[in-house]
Amino acid sequence: MTTLIAIAGLGIICLIAEIFNLRKAIVPVTIIGLLAILCLNLVNIPGVHVANLNMEQRSFYNNMIIQNNYGTLFSSLFIVLTTFLVALSPDFHKEHKAKLSDFISIKLFLLAGAVAMVSFGNMAMFFLGIEILSISLYVLAASEPKNVSSNEAGMKYFLMGSFASGLILFGIALIYGATGAFDIAAIYEAVSTGAAKGWFFPGVVLLTIGLLFKIAAVPFHFWAPDVYEGSPALTTATMSTLAKVAAMAAFYKLMRGINLEVPGTYVTVLIIVSVLSMFVGNLTALKQNNVKRMLAFSGISHAGFMLMVFLNPPVTAGTLFYYAAAYTLAGIAAFAVVISVCGDKRNEDSFKFNGLGKTNPLMAAVLTSALLSMAGIPIFSGFFAKFFLFNQALKAGQVAIVIIAVVNSIISVGYYFKLILAMYTKESTEEKQAVPFAYTAVAVVAILLNILLGIFPDMVLAYL
Amino acid sequence: MENILQQIGIENYIYLSTLLFCVGVFGVLFRRNAIVMFMSIEIMLNAVNLLLVAFSTYHQDAAGQVFVFFSMAVAAAEVAVGLAILVAIYRNLNNIDIDSLKKLKG
Repeated sequence: MTTLIAIAGLGIICLIAEIFNLRKAIVPVTIIGLLAILCLNLVNIPGVHVANLNMEQRSFYNNMIIQNNYGTLFSSLFIVLTTFLVALSPDFHKEHKAKLSDFISIKLFLLAGAVAMVSFGNMAMFFLGIEILSISLYVLAASEPKNVSSNEAGMKYFLMGSFASGLILFGIALIYGATGAFDIAAIYEAVSTGAAKGWFFPGVVLLTIGLLFKIAAVPFHFWAPDVYEGSPALTTATMSTLAKVAAMAAFYKLMRGINLEVPGTYVTVLIIVSVLSMFVGNLTALKQNNVKRMLAFSGISHAGFMLMVFLNPPVTAGTLFYYAAAYTLAGIAAFAVVISVCGDKRNEDSFKFNGLGKTNPLMAAVLTSALLSMAGIPIFSGFFAKFFLFNQALKAGQVAIVIIAVVNSIISVGYYFKLILAMYTKESTEEKQAVPFAYTAVAVVAILLNILLGIFPDMVLAYL
Repeated sequence: MENILQQIGIENYIYLSTLLFCVGVFGVLFRRNAIVMFMSIEIMLNAVNLLLVAFSTYHQDAAGQVFVFFSMAVAAAEVAVGLAILVAIYRNLNNIDIDSLKKLKG
């Protein structure tokens, strides 16, 4: 609870700092503030092993906010990601210095939305969280008003996003009609006693479709590549890491919260979506030349992998968190390199990466590690994330799905290595340019965290 | 005295809202003018508001009506952002036809 208030407060402080001409102080103060909030947030985690998602929780404001380990850990991940994104901002927006406070405060409000999405105890909070996140992202996607690509990305994202919000809202209304409550615990109660009416299930389906739009799973993914390509690179980084994982975490929490026994057909549909996402994402990524577009399709396939947690919901909260952390940290590292190579020239074709291994060995090494982590090669946490995920799917008896997932991991190696080979074997065509310290620092710290998570998985898994 | 909801029946409210919602959905999918698409999204959200209010009366519970305030505020914020994007597009392209936005493909 204090986390949410502190984040929103920090966002307002950013806006006020601009009024008092403290522009230089905004980024340092925000980063220090975010790290302080991270500590504040981590204090909430009890030192003991907590097996159940619903245990050890405290609620605030009539169950509006529920604080448990699931929410706290995901909030911490979001805060870390936002810290990275804020650290990348001043160099990325160096031509729009006057707007820096706006960019930073919108990112902070976006974080507030993401935190609300994982710690809600009531449908109202869930809806507000998802809308705060989405509206901030519409603004960020269209944040280059003179650039037609950015306009188009913003417009497409806005139309698809508000369409999805409409579906989510309709789902919430039907669930309210069926159970007479917005409170998650009360809905759970009504469903488990059989008091819910026939509108309940259509409501859950609409809610699911809306959330699948938000996490960009096939067949609701068509907006993602265009929006990712058109938006400024930093916004793409935000969307493909923070927003995707926040929507996934909210989806999981919601489904665990309101469904006592998920019907078999529902899980089957989710698994089909998951398999389709993996195949469509990976196969389309193979023929992309634009790196941002390639990462968008790779993100679609990762959404497919993450949907595999619904095979065995009661025990997979830890796996979902681990996968999310591994994927987002690798994603942030990869995007930090992409931004440093392509700058704000709005051209992210993969030939720009030719010869990066010679012109900038450190950044090339970071990008290689990040891509290897996403592909699932050992010592990086991406491998262990996939390992735990497949292990749990096997325990649920779904051998076929695991085989499909492994095949997809192998396909994904194809396009990740295309980029890696280009960096190390081809000759550079671009002249060497100095990389701002912030980009290097973020890339290195993110990939180190990723490796650390790979070596000590118990660091996070013990708490979920 | 029977209240109006019992006379009409909750089912009819659900049918009406679903119908309105579908009008909105088809508007978003088939109309090409951005303003009309925005209006269609508003129809979708307002269909939900109608449903929430009907359910609120049906359950004799004020929470549904409070939720409508949230959803109205959110819809207003959303449209404000959407119109700002639309103005930016109009300045660049001099029209608001959604089909003229086809720079991003692949």
